[in-house]
Amino acid sequence: MSVSKRTLLALQILVAVVALGIWHIGSSVPIFGVYFLPKFFFSTPWDVAARIVKLFSGTLIWKHLGITLTETLLAFVIGAGGGVLVGFWFARRPLVNAVFDPYVKMANALPRVVLAPIFMLWLGLGIWSKVALGVTLVFFIVFFNVYQGVKEVSQTVLSNARMLGMTEQQQFRHVYWPSALSWMFSSLHTSVGFALVGAVVGEYLGSAAGLGYMIHEAEGVFDTTGVFAGMVILAAFVLIVDAIVTAIENRLLVWRPDAAGRNA
Amino acid sequence: MKPDIAISLEHIDIIYRARTHAVGDARDSGPARAGDYHAVSQATLSVQAGEFVSIVGPTGCGKSTLLNAASGLLQPSNGDVSIFGATLTGLNAQAGYLFQQDALMPWKTALENVAIGLEVAGIDTVTARDKAEHWLAQVGLQGFGARYPHQMSGGQRKRVGLAQVLIRNPAILLMDEPFGPLDAQTRQIMGNLLLTLWAQERKAVLFVTHDLEEAIALSDRVVIMSSGPKSTIIGDYRIDLARPRDAMDVRLDPGFHAIHRAIWDQLRGEVMKAYQGVSA
Repeated sequence: MSVSKRTLLALQILVAVVALGIWHIGSSVPIFGVYFLPKFFFSTPWDVAARIVKLFSGTLIWKHLGITLTETLLAFVIGAGGGVLVGFWFARRPLVNAVFDPYVKMANALPRVVLAPIFMLWLGLGIWSKVALGVTLVFFIVFFNVYQGVKEVSQTVLSNARMLGMTEQQQFRHVYWPSALSWMFSSLHTSVGFALVGAVVGEYLGSAAGLGYMIHEAEGVFDTTGVFAGMVILAAFVLIVDAIVTAIENRLLVWRPDAAGRNA
Repeated sequence: MKPDIAISLEHIDIIYRARTHAVGDARDSGPARAGDYHAVSQATLSVQAGEFVSIVGPTGCGKSTLLNAASGLLQPSNGDVSIFGATLTGLNAQAGYLFQQDALMPWKTALENVAIGLEVAGIDTVTARDKAEHWLAQVGLQGFGARYPHQMSGGQRKRVGLAQVLIRNPAILLMDEPFGPLDAQTRQIMGNLLLTLWAQERKAVLFVTHDLEEAIALSDRVVIMSSGPKSTIIGDYRIDLARPRDAMDVRLDPGFHAIHRAIWDQLRGEVMKAYQGVSA
């Protein structure tokens, strides 16, 4: 599988061109007098592009993006922070883990969307109900990874740390913490993604601002162009966030063989 | 007990209880149960200050277990461990331990790995790093300080491990088949490095290996353990080859061959027993 970067990029662009071409033809060229992708249901690529340009020439879109970004970041920070703390606590206290284990599994099995109305009831229609929804998603991912990270610390490295004279606290700082962090960062893409899902789904279900609200509002008036424009903006937003996460990951996990291999 | 005896192991018994095989849990009261594994039985061994002693024995004979008892990582089920005349409770703070497996912290650079032993003892970072640079040079890794463990070869990682242990200036060096994973040439080079460093400051060394030639080339005394279970010390040979030695050249010495033959005659029986025990 040796494809040069340029060829790969060309192929990736080709996929987009083909998909847009099918969309364009289906929605604006009648074949045997029939539009395969009627405008009312599918809009057209040009309309969507024009709408996106129009949106970004105004200021409102920045407000929506800002709200969604804030919710995503807050959900990630709070969820990850809680996951790290509880993950450490459970991993170091087997009794606590044993007692709470069935409840953790129960809570994790619950589809989080059903919590959204409750959070709205408790926290209102502002950003905090969306943050709470994102937190419930991020928390479990980080929690399970940190728990695993602490549990899977190499016994040899730990014995070595003890023989080098490390106290419990120093073992925590120099051995458990870095190990748990590396596991947390390996799930960074997933957890940031879920923070965003929480924010957008929350907005979609009830809010007055954000990308999810934008899409929901367009849907309410059968404005398919608006819905597609919102989806494209959301997708671009995810790509940018993901690129930032990758950059952070490569920086922080420079000691890991696979991270270094990716740089090379 | 004289304080010039660095390590004294007396009548050590190590029994792994069926319930748990975790390191440090060997001391468990109560009667013996089915499934208990009596790894070491009545092992007695002492190492003088400044003496280099190797333990050789067949695979699975409890050599490493005995070493862990001397380090305090494992408490023997019976028997006494004393370090410079004082009964050992908890970890052996006077010992440095070089492990068989990779024991470096993968998230720290070579320099950070070496310096950590001083940093956790409260020495300021600048001094600790300066000393770490010195020790990296001592083990032949000048300029490798910024590398992470995965960026180094197995031999280089062992060198970092050696520096990591020696920077704390322990009076006792415990080594558990430290060069086991390395290729034959690298092992000999590492053996020579160890001898050079040991000659500078004579520490008491307890060196576990399954390689008899390596043991003879390095040691003042070679101790033979019987095959497990209930393995114990069955032979104790003084190696009177002249020092300083070259770990490679000494193998060509006629004296080396004589000693090798004498020890191997005894060891062979144990190796065959262990082999038959495995294949049976």
